[in-house]
Amino acid sequence: MQRLLAWVDARFPLTATWKAHLSEYYAPKNFNFWYYFGSLALLVLVIQILTGIFLTMHYKPDAASAFASVEYIMRDVPYGWLIRYAHSTGASAFFIVVYLHMFRALLYGSHRKPRELIWILGMLIYLTLMAEAFFGYLLPWGQMSYWGAQVIVNLFAAIPVVGEDLAIWIRGDYVVSDATLNRFFAFHVIALPLVLLGLVAAHIIALHEVGSNNPDGVEIKKKKDEHGRPLDGIPFHPYYTVKDILGVVVFLIVFSAIVFFAPEMGGYFLEHNNFIPADPLKTPEHIAPVWYFTPYYAILRAVPPMFGSQFPGVLAMFAAVLIFFLLPWLDRSPVKSIRYRGPKYKVALALFVIAFIGLGILGILPATPLYTWIARVLSVIYFAFFLLMPWYTKHDRHKPEPERVTAL
Amino acid sequence: MSRDKTRLYVLAAALILWLPLSAPAAAPAVKLDRAPININDQESLQRGARIFINYCLNCHSASYMRYTRLTDLGLTEAQIKENLMFAADKPGETMTVAMRAKDAKEWFGAAPPDLTVITRSRGPDWVYTYLRTFYRDDTRPLGWNNLVFDKVGMPHVLHELQGHLVPVMQEVKGEDGKMHHVVARLELAKPGRLTPAEYDALVADLVNYMTWMGEPAKAQRMRTGVAVIAFLALFFVVAFYLKKEYWRDVH
Repeated sequence: MQRLLAWVDARFPLTATWKAHLSEYYAPKNFNFWYYFGSLALLVLVIQILTGIFLTMHYKPDAASAFASVEYIMRDVPYGWLIRYAHSTGASAFFIVVYLHMFRALLYGSHRKPRELIWILGMLIYLTLMAEAFFGYLLPWGQMSYWGAQVIVNLFAAIPVVGEDLAIWIRGDYVVSDATLNRFFAFHVIALPLVLLGLVAAHIIALHEVGSNNPDGVEIKKKKDEHGRPLDGIPFHPYYTVKDILGVVVFLIVFSAIVFFAPEMGGYFLEHNNFIPADPLKTPEHIAPVWYFTPYYAILRAVPPMFGSQFPGVLAMFAAVLIFFLLPWLDRSPVKSIRYRGPKYKVALALFVIAFIGLGILGILPATPLYTWIARVLSVIYFAFFLLMPWYTKHDRHKPEPERVTAL
Repeated sequence: MSRDKTRLYVLAAALILWLPLSAPAAAPAVKLDRAPININDQESLQRGARIFINYCLNCHSASYMRYTRLTDLGLTEAQIKENLMFAADKPGETMTVAMRAKDAKEWFGAAPPDLTVITRSRGPDWVYTYLRTFYRDDTRPLGWNNLVFDKVGMPHVLHELQGHLVPVMQEVKGEDGKMHHVVARLELAKPGRLTPAEYDALVADLVNYMTWMGEPAKAQRMRTGVAVIAFLALFFVVAFYLKKEYWRDVH
């Protein structure tokens, strides 16, 4: 065994990789609850890929048989219902976990120097995930699949000059059709998963290069012992592997509770109208995207059309997503963690959370004049959180950071 | 949780957090009755299957549902073949109909939808209320209208059983300030073969069956879920003490 390992190590850095990323990767010892969601995101990715492979074996990417093939999976494929519900619940779980993972960064300043690239890679993962979810949602070929895709692709048609042609190029047709379904299938099962895996690998490599942040926002690499190991660091394996197993079990309990007892989640994870086959001639009264897109959908609807064009709303929606990329440079606070930040940042972050969740709820509801006005107020708060950040993070009453991480 | 209940919670949350005033405009006026669903009641499901096949399956298909699946309801394949299969040769076939969609559209104004997963899109309560609120309306081509589906193309297929309901109209001032005639309630003008209570029970069986048919794996899903979560709960105890043991030397 020892000789086999030596043989491999002479040809591939197996032991070195194991050490660099697990047994001798030193992570801060004071990780709290918020630090579970990175490894959980990885778990959900694995769930999605495994269930996805089995769904692909039975699913038919054909407008005439897609809906029926999903019902075939639900009824005739052994444990097909489990695979399908795990995949549909996994899609929502992915976003829940990723949103909490991103919120953790806002809490403890994980996006700040020297982790800007980790943040940017993470944002690219988030964008890819959104595209992946959007393409995947068309595949069951229900009414909401169809009309949701129709609405989103039409957003591109709102771009001046090239919009109409661009939308046709995306759909491969004048309306969402069999051609669209086929190409979305290709994107969903091969193109974007490849991109996603590459980005996730880069995200982790970048993280292990600079080391993990922690709830105190101080760098553990500054204080090392005589062996060059951070005083406040512990090897990822076995300490955080056993701790993450605990997180995985708790997550799986919640995940299973949804998969087995409430896979539709009251119509939020699987929309009721999506049990009606796609009908290009019958527009549903109220088209709502799946919950994880609703904050941006609410921003889109909150911006009134200008010069007879929806383009400003589309622009605002894309800006709302892309503005996250600038976060490492918008934040001017001398401290990273919310534990040592002043009241201005705390209020701003609280308002941002209210705006994000509020927009999410409004994006599900039909747009009445009153709701539209509320969405406008919340959209302004949403953007103000970012645009005013250089000011309120600089002029805030922050507390001094400790030298080393605080007690567990 | 039913769709309406969830909507209500979302709305309530929105109201508490942000809205000082007023509910949204123009919701459908009819309150849905709660369908007494119990997908573990095999006798009710068997009765429902019979009603579904006798009355619904002439015009509506259930084309993702195989006859063999009825064995889950405690029926044998011989029983299915003898008593329930009129439009298929083999029990492995799905519940299709001979009526062509084009003809149906001509006769009813719209092709009758496939009913396999109708309870998953409409909800059992909607179907339960719908099947009990057909009323006479001479302005409609086939003489029938419905409280929860205004100007529906489908005639009242079960009218011999339920009898004929007629609407009692009422004048209500609408939001536009004008007076509108609306249906206040329905009255039994001509009794059918069943009493109202018997008819409700029959529709309950039918909707129960349709709910089961929407997801035949549901009972298995629940059973598996209990086992999976019980296993995870045990695993949690192991994982908890494993973590505690490893972390003893971290200060």
